[in-house]
Amino acid sequence: MSTTALFLTLIFVLIPLVLSKTLGLQLEKDTIIATIRSTVQLVAVGFVLKFVFDSESYLFIFLMVVLMIGAAVQNARKKGEGIKGITWKLIVTFVLLEVLTQSILLGFKIVPATAQYIISLTGMVIGNSMVLAILFLNRFVAEVEAHRPESELILSLGGTPKQAIHKQLIRSIQASMIPTIESQKTIGLVQLPGMMSGQIIAGADPLEAVQFQILVIFLLLTTAALTSVCLGLLSYPTLFNERMQMLQRQEHSK
Amino acid sequence: MKSLEKVKWMDSEQNKLLYEPAIHFHNVSFEVRDTKILDAITGSFPTNQITVLVGPSGAGKTTLLKMCNGLLSPTTGEITVQGQAIHEMSPIDLRRKAGMVLQNSPMITGSVYDNLALPLRLQGKKLSKEKALDILDQVGLEGEYLERDSQYLSGGQQQKVSIARTLLNQSKILLMDEITSALDPSSLNEVEDLIRTLHEKHAITVIWITHNLEQARRMGQYAWIMVDGKLVDAGEISVLDDSDIPSVNRFLKGDFS
Repeated sequence: MSTTALFLTLIFVLIPLVLSKTLGLQLEKDTIIATIRSTVQLVAVGFVLKFVFDSESYLFIFLMVVLMIGAAVQNARKKGEGIKGITWKLIVTFVLLEVLTQSILLGFKIVPATAQYIISLTGMVIGNSMVLAILFLNRFVAEVEAHRPESELILSLGGTPKQAIHKQLIRSIQASMIPTIESQKTIGLVQLPGMMSGQIIAGADPLEAVQFQILVIFLLLTTAALTSVCLGLLSYPTLFNERMQMLQRQEHSK
Repeated sequence: MKSLEKVKWMDSEQNKLLYEPAIHFHNVSFEVRDTKILDAITGSFPTNQITVLVGPSGAGKTTLLKMCNGLLSPTTGEITVQGQAIHEMSPIDLRRKAGMVLQNSPMITGSVYDNLALPLRLQGKKLSKEKALDILDQVGLEGEYLERDSQYLSGGQQQKVSIARTLLNQSKILLMDEITSALDPSSLNEVEDLIRTLHEKHAITVIWITHNLEQARRMGQYAWIMVDGKLVDAGEISVLDDSDIPSVNRFLKGDFS
């Protein structure tokens, strides 16, 4: 793509800006910030990736993975402010997911152990896991508050905290997994995944791109299941104290 | 100690206790973010008796009842249930021993049967249909209600299911938080009869929060009167009529503006 062509893509930024101004959507500032941030971040990451790929150093690969997990934690934790120790719970979830998926991918030699594969797949896994974590936490915090009388009833009848929160936990896990499963049902029919499109545009054989995309969608299923289950199991005990009493929101977020 | 003054706990001739306290509060306070909800409560609920707990809204009655069931713990002070300090008991044992019928009768999603089966399901057991029908009959609901969706019951019916559900835990102490507030007069009579029968047949200790002073007089053998988080008077049920405490008299006459 020529530099002129790249500049011409700004038309796609101008369209929403004009619409926002005309219709009074008040999204101009956010759109401009998003445009600048995404451009700067992508250019920066382009240089970083080039450096890491060229170096082929496992230390740099490791640092890249740490950076990605750190950014994902920073983003997702805001949604879980009602849950005590959410930062550590997110770190444990993302690290577990990364270790498990990379162990399978590299252990069975499904992909080569190069920076190119490790970092790209980590980006997809952790990126998706972050979105799922946000979906899960949003739903879980809301479910817990909405069904507090039901939980209290179960506790009052001699149920355990796990029994008291079980339905809310299941509903939140389902709610966070459904978008992943649904979008996979229409993949290839309605939408061509970004990664596959990118590969095809870059000149890869479409069938090869499809093979790789199949690997990614299976990977994302594991990501979806593991993120919400792990985060759910780590989070629910903090809603109760050692006397099996349900804490008020301001108490369990301390 | 006021509560012990007016209740005849000792038979002085035989020098023995007439009633063991089922639940005893010793200097119990409860605070939430520097607001005192309960203030230095000391008193007992006698075993195998019906004690009515009366007082204006915001007096701390529900908080006190939740403490008996272990849903809340005192900030300071100690509560004993059948002689055992509750902080030394497993919360699950305590909650089965002192069963609570919650205000507003929350229902779990599902049928009446699902709600009745809940206490047993929590223990990994099943509720037989016969037993479910029997308990429904005891609370005055016909068998056809068993498969009904609990969300579509009237307030009164939900209260009855709620009572039946707690009874299935076979608790020796029943804690009831305004359980008849949504009942029509005939259902109210049925529930009162049911509690009376259970109390007489199975020697169950009942602690009953009610706003209905007539009901308190009909049902209660003992009474606790609470105002502003304090236990202001307690004793045999006649305390509702002959209290010498001005704030209690004002409350009983309905003057609590």
